[in-house]
Amino acid sequence: MFHGFVGGLAAVLLLLASCGESAMPPAVPASPSSAGGVVYPLMLDTPNGPLTIEDRPQRIVSLSPTATEMLFEIGAGDQVVAVDDQSNYPEGVPTTDLSGYEPNVEAIASYEPDLVVYATEPGDLGSSLEGLGIPALLQPAAATLEEAYGQIEQLGEVTDHVAEATDVVAEMRTDIDAIVATVSGDEGLTFYHELDDTYYSVTSSTFTGQLYEMVGLVNIADEAKGAGGGYPQLSAEYIIDADPDLIFLADTKCCGQSPSTVSRRPGWAGISAVERGDVIPLEEDVAQRWGPRVVEFLERIAGAVDEAKAAAA
Amino acid sequence: MTRRTRAVVLGVVVLIVAFIAGLLVGPVPIAPADALGWLFPFGERPPGLSEQQATILTDLRLPRVIVAGLVGAALSASGAGYQAVFRNPLADPYLLGAAAGAGLGATLAVVFGPSSAFAFAVPLAAFVGALAGVGLAYGLGRSGLGGRSTTSLILGGVAVASFLTAIQTLIQQQRSDTLRQVYSWILGRLGTTGWDDARIALPSVVIAVTILWLVRRLLDVIEVGELEAESLGLHVGRLRIVVVVAASLATAAAVSVAGLIAFVGIIVPHTVRLLAGSSYRQVLPLSVLFGASFLILVDLVARTAMAPAEIPIGVLTAFLGAPFFVFALRRSGGRAA
Repeated sequence: MFHGFVGGLAAVLLLLASCGESAMPPAVPASPSSAGGVVYPLMLDTPNGPLTIEDRPQRIVSLSPTATEMLFEIGAGDQVVAVDDQSNYPEGVPTTDLSGYEPNVEAIASYEPDLVVYATEPGDLGSSLEGLGIPALLQPAAATLEEAYGQIEQLGEVTDHVAEATDVVAEMRTDIDAIVATVSGDEGLTFYHELDDTYYSVTSSTFTGQLYEMVGLVNIADEAKGAGGGYPQLSAEYIIDADPDLIFLADTKCCGQSPSTVSRRPGWAGISAVERGDVIPLEEDVAQRWGPRVVEFLERIAGAVDEAKAAAA
Repeated sequence: MTRRTRAVVLGVVVLIVAFIAGLLVGPVPIAPADALGWLFPFGERPPGLSEQQATILTDLRLPRVIVAGLVGAALSASGAGYQAVFRNPLADPYLLGAAAGAGLGATLAVVFGPSSAFAFAVPLAAFVGALAGVGLAYGLGRSGLGGRSTTSLILGGVAVASFLTAIQTLIQQQRSDTLRQVYSWILGRLGTTGWDDARIALPSVVIAVTILWLVRRLLDVIEVGELEAESLGLHVGRLRIVVVVAASLATAAAVSVAGLIAFVGIIVPHTVRLLAGSSYRQVLPLSVLFGASFLILVDLVARTAMAPAEIPIGVLTAFLGAPFFVFALRRSGGRAA
């Protein structure tokens, strides 16, 4: 009852705030909890349904490496008290042994968080945390760049860093446009993106696949669109036959792969990319996350395209 | 021709057909005439066959078909062997903890092994793990649980398998970054098979299958009953050790190069029994022949059905095997125990 009332009031206040800074003076004086301009409590629409953030979060637990990168990028790092065992960027994040894959609600609660951000819902994490009175924000793997931007902006709103988040997104857009502009116009190089050493790959329907598409590369895995929901396992002989111009290795850490291990695989030495030395090891974390470092990833693949073209010319 | 010879001839013909089909069919089209003319006899490369196609034939398809054949033969023969000495039609090659041991070995190699040596370290560790698992189960079943009954051996296997799987899960959970690799290994893999795998698997499989083939007549004697066999002067306990060691060697070799491939060790021997009767003089050689053919053909489906994508072979054998398992279970009725 009380909750609903507060929520309704907040919605009205938000509506008023968004009506512009015109003649009307603010209906309420800025409270200490809205230093960045966000008025709490805040109502959100999430994949798990509506979520209410009562006050500016000061003890955030992030179970998603991508969300961790986003939070620190928008300047909310000092509101984060703990991050999961896979979060390793930027340097100095408060890494703990909390797991995002097999989350332990009790262990999470021991950090006394006032907000938990997570990327994979193993079943009932959201409702368990809610039961403990801890708001839990689900930000699943983004399917598009726009979704990724949306998540950054949402974190900005939730943590009271709206302006910074807007800046981060604007900067990402500018940088990405610039990278795409340098390579646009020349198309046709083919590539193979390797997820592990059993030849799992990504099609253009995935987030990663879309980034390659943006720099004009042609994905050999798209032939296998029907299988694996965007992540097909390719036949070795198909990869050899498709003869990609570029090979990107997103399995350097997980599976110990490198340009030299690739060249030693049976029958791979004759692939154009291997012959010309265009096998590019990627930093897996950068290649798998949909955070601000997407720009770094695009730079890397665009750079590889440039080099391959320069060598061919 | 006797019924028995006919069955063996059929087995050989099917194996040859499967072998050639496995070589000729794949995601990359290769003209059969060119491929066959070049491979048999191995001579000058015909103009219609590109260097790349030749590489695909000799470095990818040939070792893959050979390894699939070896793994199928190994799993089927050891399945038949286990079913005989445990007098349990539902015994399979993984019964005594070989799979759990191999899984733990592979996980240890993935997590702690030098990343540069993955290609060799993982199969070798799986091999050692499988043998250690069976050894442990055997030791436990014999000493700890008292007596030499098959039940205590099987219970030993169950205990060891649970224990080793628990350790594996624990390590995996500590190191979730390696989860993906361990899982793709466990699912069964022939997609990355090369000559190295053939070299790892060949000696153990040949030795083990030969041993099982040599004792095939004695298996028939056990089938009659342990007391009866003892009264005929057969050391059942000793024979059981020989069969368990040979079958585990074959299983370990198969698991180390192909991961866990389910149900082959049950489907094939039972199909052979339906086809040619239950005497191990036939069940054993025919299991080897049909087991090899079966896995070569399932692998053919795995790499062509959704080409250029692959279907994990462990998924396919289970998909085909699970319904058959139910059938075998119903047929065995109350005799299983």
